[in-house]
Amino acid sequence: MNLDLIFPEIFLSLAIMFLLMVGVFKKKSERLVYNLSTTTLIILLALVINLFSINEILIFNQSYKIDTLSTFMKSITIISAIFVMISSFTYIKTLDILKIEYPILILSAILGMMVMISSNDLIVFYLGLELQSLALYVLASFNRDNILSSESGLKYFVLSALSSGLLLYGCSLIYGFSGSTNFTFISSLTSNIENGVIFGLVFIIVGLAFKISAVPFHMWAPDVYQGSPTSVTLFFAALPKVAALTVFIRFLYIPFVNLIDNWQTIIVFISISSMIFGAVAAIGQSNLKRLIAYSSIGHMGYALAGLASGTNQGVQSSVTYISIYLVMTLAFFSCLFMMRKKNIFYEKIEDLSGLSSNHPILSICLLIVLFSLAGIPPLAGFFAKFYIFMAVIEQSMYFLAIVGLLSTVVAAFYYLRLIKIIYFDKPKESFEKDHRIGLKVTLAISTGILLLYFIYPGFLNDLVSRIVLI
Amino acid sequence: MNFPILSSLIILPTIGAIFILFGRSSSNYNAAKYISLFVSLANFILSLYLWYVFDKDISGFQFVEERVWLEGIINYKVGIDGISILFVILTTFITPLCIISVNSTITNRLKDFLIAILIMQTMMIGVFCSLDLVIFYLFFEAGLIPMFLIIGIWGGERRVYSAFKFFLYTLLGSVLMLVAIISIYWITGTTDVIELYQVGIDAKFQNLLWLAFFSSFAVKTPMWPVHTWLPDAHVEAPTAGSVLLAAILLKMAGYGFIRFSLGLFPIASEYFVPLIFSLSLVAIIYTSLIALMQEDMKKLIAYSSVAHMGFVTMGIFTMTPEGIEGSIFQMISHGIISAALFLCVGVVYERMHTREISKYGGIVSVMPRYSVVLMVFTLGALGLPGTTGFIGEFLILLGTFKVNFMVATIASLGVILGAAYMLWLYRRVVFGEITNNEVNKLLDLNKSEMIILSVLAIVSILFGFYPDPLLSTTSASVEDLIDLFNMNLNIYTAGTL
Repeated sequence: MNLDLIFPEIFLSLAIMFLLMVGVFKKKSERLVYNLSTTTLIILLALVINLFSINEILIFNQSYKIDTLSTFMKSITIISAIFVMISSFTYIKTLDILKIEYPILILSAILGMMVMISSNDLIVFYLGLELQSLALYVLASFNRDNILSSESGLKYFVLSALSSGLLLYGCSLIYGFSGSTNFTFISSLTSNIENGVIFGLVFIIVGLAFKISAVPFHMWAPDVYQGSPTSVTLFFAALPKVAALTVFIRFLYIPFVNLIDNWQTIIVFISISSMIFGAVAAIGQSNLKRLIAYSSIGHMGYALAGLASGTNQGVQSSVTYISIYLVMTLAFFSCLFMMRKKNIFYEKIEDLSGLSSNHPILSICLLIVLFSLAGIPPLAGFFAKFYIFMAVIEQSMYFLAIVGLLSTVVAAFYYLRLIKIIYFDKPKESFEKDHRIGLKVTLAISTGILLLYFIYPGFLNDLVSRIVLI
Repeated sequence: MNFPILSSLIILPTIGAIFILFGRSSSNYNAAKYISLFVSLANFILSLYLWYVFDKDISGFQFVEERVWLEGIINYKVGIDGISILFVILTTFITPLCIISVNSTITNRLKDFLIAILIMQTMMIGVFCSLDLVIFYLFFEAGLIPMFLIIGIWGGERRVYSAFKFFLYTLLGSVLMLVAIISIYWITGTTDVIELYQVGIDAKFQNLLWLAFFSSFAVKTPMWPVHTWLPDAHVEAPTAGSVLLAAILLKMAGYGFIRFSLGLFPIASEYFVPLIFSLSLVAIIYTSLIALMQEDMKKLIAYSSVAHMGFVTMGIFTMTPEGIEGSIFQMISHGIISAALFLCVGVVYERMHTREISKYGGIVSVMPRYSVVLMVFTLGALGLPGTTGFIGEFLILLGTFKVNFMVATIASLGVILGAAYMLWLYRRVVFGEITNNEVNKLLDLNKSEMIILSVLAIVSILFGFYPDPLLSTTSASVEDLIDLFNMNLNIYTAGTL
């Protein structure tokens, strides 16, 4: 039987149920559950990495796929989840939202993502997506005494439900016109593809674009990012995008690779508008979480640009991009978690004013992160963009490349504005300097990767180059 | 494989910066200063040794180091020829002088400042040594970060505006170059400069690629009409920042024109000569006229830099040995003289806290030594025979006369304007009645200022009378470049007939 191939998923489900029992039957077990969840993730990581030697296996009547793409994406999801857990502990505790449900919801969301990442069938994909989304609705409104948090949860729920509806409609169209929900089966339909399938394809692209907050389906992102507790925002900014991007890749490159002429224009449009909008709209923001929401919209535009090229190199560049994006997001939010004064976390841009005179090390970290987000060499963010444009220009899509690079110049403006506030402005009262070791380690590792990536860029490249879809 | 001397030159300043960063002496600034001075002097000596062992008769690249960096796409490849070695030495020569000059001008965060300057040095040497387009781009762009901070943190009143303008202008120019570099990779399959010299790039792509490189170099040079960031950046940057900017950063673009525009796109270069000539002429005449009207000393020198770089671009695109060698010589000379002029402005600015020319006047009686030194550099800037400035301009005009009589004649007018604004500046600052009481309190040059300025003056006069060491270093490589250029052009014209 193939159970050993989905052992990570089975292990995670059992762990979730077990932790739920612990939480119910043991009083005051919040801390214990939290730590056990982190441990669960570490074990899970080992189990997933163990599957790295498998090139491609389809199980459960071809509906579930273990390949290099799925293993890589699951690994980076779990690694960032571990860092999300260890870096945000103080924040959760200070906000008094350390309840047993919190880590368990995070684990459930990760289970959903793992199912999404491995899915080779529309129904399996939808199951994973809903499991993930339901957990995220609750997480967004987890700080229920805060009106913004409740608002963001509700907003996310309503809009996400709408997009799930569109997705489901697309799925049913595809099923109706092709006769199957299985990706492998659909990809074998080479001749006379009916228009209904193409309609379904468009609906699914819209649904997925919503999940990764690409323009024009981005409207929820700024409000949800701002309203949710920062630890949840970090989770939002990092993990669901990996899962949704994987489904995007799988969906476009396996069942619909023959329809590239039909979907390429859509992806190029979404990509260009996300890059431009992300760059322009972020300029006027005053809240750091809102700003990073717009910035992530822009970054998703770049990740999609790689996909639009329709080649293996394009997929690899997107995967590289999202990996480096995860590191940058983690580093940025670690800095946010450090802006704490008398149990209040600050998240306005002007709170950064003159940070460099009181917190030299934190400022250097932010400097590295911001320049990396802006894509200035020799930081990792540059290489992420470099791979994307390598893939895009290989296909002679010069318009996409030039628009993308010009919007990095616009985007550079608001990153520079943050650096200006940190380095050139008058200092304010300093923040507290004692932080948990987990937070410090997260910040040190993530900025270290961003700074030193250029010494051996081959490492990530070697891993990613094993992902071959076409 | 011998000792990797170029990589050591590149990495040494960064190692110094790391030492300063992790040095325990957060309050003791002297340690940081000595470390940075030691590192930069060591680098200077290393580069002189490099010049000593460098074989002037070989036209190709020497000390080439190659390592696999990104499997199958990019190799880390550095090497120098007769053109780049001079820029490397200029960089290692100017940096220690900058570090000595920060003695009293920078009061806050001296440690950070020195780190920024050392990292800047790594990037600048890297630009001149790299033999791979992607590596070149990495160094070219990475230099923006320290310079942005130098202007923004330690600059004058409008520093934020200037730093942003500097950063965004340069970035905007460079992104198109990145598109071009990646396109070259997909067209030819390599970004290795030596290979590209041999392979050549298909003529139908050359014009667009040339324009993309041009957009980056024109901003950095800077050429009219994208020169406006330079006066702002210069005026607001601290003295050491202005020196680095004028002496070395601007030369990156001139170097890029020679190495990449001429070397990789000969057909396009030939095609765009009229464009370069007209922009250069506008730069020479128009910015000289603007310089005449300036009230601010630094701004005046900044505009004169634009005019001088106009001569450089004109000389490069004459495609004659005289023109190109003259341009290289002019860049080195401008590197020394403009550095010295900015230091001179720094000296009086530090004492009077104003750069307005009208506030000065008559300082010859209170600062005699300063007046002599300033005289040397003023004459150097206007190209008096016996200074480096003369030889560069002379060779460039010689080359231009060979190619285009009209252009050369108009450019010669620029020399007269140059003399006008420099001498007028000198007259207004040094001679005349003392109208401002503050001037009476001025102190003459102190020891460290004297050392820096006299070293620069000696070098400027020495190479003014005896330019042979510089010219003989470059000549073999320049001639090789021109041969390559003509050969490619002939193949193309033969093909089209």
